[in-house]
Amino acid sequence: MSEPLLRATNLVKEFPIMGTGGLLRRPATFRAVDDVSFEIRAGETLALVGESGSGKSTTARLAARLLDVTSGTVELDGEDVTGLGRSELRRFRSEVQVVFQDPFSSLNPRHTVERIVTAPLTYQQRTVPGGARAFTRSLMERVGLDPDHSQKYPAQFSGGQAQRIGIARALAVGPRVVVCDEAVSALDVSVQAQVINLLRDLQREEGLTYLFIAHDLAVVRQIATRVAVMTQGQIVEEGDRDSVFGAPRHEYTRKLLDAVPRIRPEWERQRRANAARSAGAPA
Amino acid sequence: MTATTSDALLEVRDLTVTFQTPRGPLDAVRSLDLDLEPGGALGIVGESGSGKSMTSLAIMGLQPRAARRTGSVRLLGRELVGMSEPDLRRVRGDRVAMVFQDPLSSLNPYYTVGLQIEEAYRAHRPGVTRREARRVAVEALERVHIRDAARRVNHYPHQFSGGMRQRVMIAMALSTEPELLIADEPTTALDVTVQAQILDLLQEIRRETGTGLVLITHDLAVVSEITDHIVVMKDGVCVERGPVERIFTRPQHPYTRALLDAVPRIDDEIGELRAVTPGSAVVPDQVVPTNGGPA
Amino acid sequence: MPRFLLSRVTSGLGVLLLVCLFTYLVFFALSPDPAVQICGKNCTPELIDQIRGNLGLDQPFWTQFVQFVVGIFAGRTYGEGVSAVDCAAPCLGYSFQSSQAVWDMIVQRLPVSATVAVGAAVLWLLAGLAGGLLSAVKEGTFADRFITGLTLTSMSIPNYVLALVLQYVLVVKLQWLPFPQAVPFADDPVQWFLNFVMPWMVLAIGYAAAYTRLTRANVLDVLRENYVRTAFAKGLPPSLVWRRHALRPALTPVVTIFGMDFAGLLGGALITETVFGINGVGKMAADSIARNDQPVIMGVTLLAGFLVVVGNIVVDVVYTTIDPRVRVNA
Repeated sequence: MSEPLLRATNLVKEFPIMGTGGLLRRPATFRAVDDVSFEIRAGETLALVGESGSGKSTTARLAARLLDVTSGTVELDGEDVTGLGRSELRRFRSEVQVVFQDPFSSLNPRHTVERIVTAPLTYQQRTVPGGARAFTRSLMERVGLDPDHSQKYPAQFSGGQAQRIGIARALAVGPRVVVCDEAVSALDVSVQAQVINLLRDLQREEGLTYLFIAHDLAVVRQIATRVAVMTQGQIVEEGDRDSVFGAPRHEYTRKLLDAVPRIRPEWERQRRANAARSAGAPA
Repeated sequence: MTATTSDALLEVRDLTVTFQTPRGPLDAVRSLDLDLEPGGALGIVGESGSGKSMTSLAIMGLQPRAARRTGSVRLLGRELVGMSEPDLRRVRGDRVAMVFQDPLSSLNPYYTVGLQIEEAYRAHRPGVTRREARRVAVEALERVHIRDAARRVNHYPHQFSGGMRQRVMIAMALSTEPELLIADEPTTALDVTVQAQILDLLQEIRRETGTGLVLITHDLAVVSEITDHIVVMKDGVCVERGPVERIFTRPQHPYTRALLDAVPRIDDEIGELRAVTPGSAVVPDQVVPTNGGPA
Repeated sequence: MPRFLLSRVTSGLGVLLLVCLFTYLVFFALSPDPAVQICGKNCTPELIDQIRGNLGLDQPFWTQFVQFVVGIFAGRTYGEGVSAVDCAAPCLGYSFQSSQAVWDMIVQRLPVSATVAVGAAVLWLLAGLAGGLLSAVKEGTFADRFITGLTLTSMSIPNYVLALVLQYVLVVKLQWLPFPQAVPFADDPVQWFLNFVMPWMVLAIGYAAAYTRLTRANVLDVLRENYVRTAFAKGLPPSLVWRRHALRPALTPVVTIFGMDFAGLLGGALITETVFGINGVGKMAADSIARNDQPVIMGVTLLAGFLVVVGNIVVDVVYTTIDPRVRVNA
């Protein structure tokens, strides 16, 4: 058993409730994440699934150190990173990157692709290997974008392409862990499939580790190695993907899986049979 | 103005919605035909920019002022295109009712849900007293299984959960007993467990009231569960239509096939999702003009 | 609801106390010795000491400050023995210049400032709402662009320039308005009213422009709301959609801004009152600043702070009655 790359232990996050505090009175708090622990080994994908308000996104932000924990610890490679200050965080940021849900609102509309993807390196005061232009071109190729578009602006791309830019930006610093916070949720089905495939290819080729946050169980089935089901700030079930989907133990997991709309399996089988037949017998 | 041939509930012919843009006219919907029998359920499926939402608005004559609508929309044989605004108003909300994607923003936060149901009812039943309208509102809430309806009727939209709000929208739509319910992505903003409940409710209403349903969605699994005919739209045009089973077992158009291949399945063994190969003209994931299509 | 109100009032009092402390501190540190000022020409060191004693200026800062605050609530007595002066409950001290009680000075002038504020508020509300609505309904047309141009122009003209131009045009050139003369309302109501017309206009124009922009933006935002689309989809008549679903949400934020603006103005319009020679709180403030009349400046500052705090609380209370989301969450 190898050591986990990213480990979260007893994470708790409380938010003050608006309007409950006074001049001297402490505001009441809402516990968004309530004693959550998980481990991710290098090269695997842990999916945090849950409905809105389950605390999955907050958990992801705690793990990526975008939010400070109320209590609990986050460890990267065995090193406690919970208390890192601003300058020490820089090193952490080059190991752990985040891809967000809405590609357009998380990309600066006034910057070119080149400026966007090299910005993380610039912030960390690192030199851009091989120069900005060549570096950007190779990154764009890696995420399946046309390198000739490196001087374009986010608005000139479609949603799927913009999300590829988001992924390229995350990869620019050479991270080991990528946190995908509903990274494919806003995309159309056909585009979503492409981005999922891209994420899987990147993992296979470069050994990336993912913390994948999603509400869509079907998407999770396509990408996760392990699945943790969250509700009301807690993880109620965690296990290998196939065991969680195939033999869910917790009642909430079963309820969640039952609720997912499905195309009838017999229709699906027929369609594939028909498709195979027409492919096998060219007209 | 009599019904031409059939006793169809909805008969749309050659429906076109055109926007004037600086670069010339742009069809958000082009030459669309739709047919729905009384009590039937029609699914309109498409990705963003396919024109499916514009279609639902255009049926009601609610397309943006900047858009031009041509073609024919017949509801129970009555032509709606070219009808005077006051006459159209009598159809909207009475014979045809709509449910939208985001129930929170679709309800006015300043008024109780009771008032918002009552005004829909009273707009089409002149002379009805407030008490009568209130009774109808409570009954409508009960029909969509909102518990304690007599008390809840006095609550404001923000006091309901997402799923309950969508029930309120459906209650409001049903208060006038319309022949046709148009639901535009009614479950997209909802959690999956809540989505299942709302879809069950829509099914139940169809069974019990015989209301016709046009369901607009991007979600193939959703249409496969609750509609009997499907229209697949892309770039404002219908690319394929047919009975639901035929579409899902023997899709004809390459776009429909690509779409079905791309859907991630929860009950499927893992494998490469067959995303459309780059270079194929089928799926538009290329640089698009910044102004995009009309929302 | 009462709890909500109570917490607002306590925090309001806290704010006022801070305003008090801050102004007191500034004047304590910066102003020249008031005793010398009061003493005048025939001054002796003994006299100065005596004045200091009477005013409590020989006490340390905190003692003076506490005495001042206590004076506001409970009144205080200056000096001792025969020369003692009783200053009744809302005691803000006496003017160094006129030896009048500051509180009395304020009470005397407040109605004048209120008249200026109310008249201006009526004007700017009418003009701002009408202009904003018209602009929104006719979005993109010539009327809309014209109104937008007008608002931008009027927002960029300083009040004192506007006042002088208006005076020149309306009184001197066109002679539509008589030359302002100080008359009590009872003697000549018409002249009294006409005296106020120009100040009202000058004050209102800037606000009216801002309210036009605000109303226009709000109405356009609300018209794009999904619930307006729902209202049309329900088949409601357009008049009802406008009245019920567009205007109320669009105008609610205007209430907030109006409460604050109006409260601020009640405490005196410094420039306008000075330019037009209106004897209100604003002019009094300007005069007292020019003469370094510390107690009066303190009094006016406190009054302005008080009005803003009260305005804030009133706006909050009004808001809870018109916006159900705030009501229930409070």
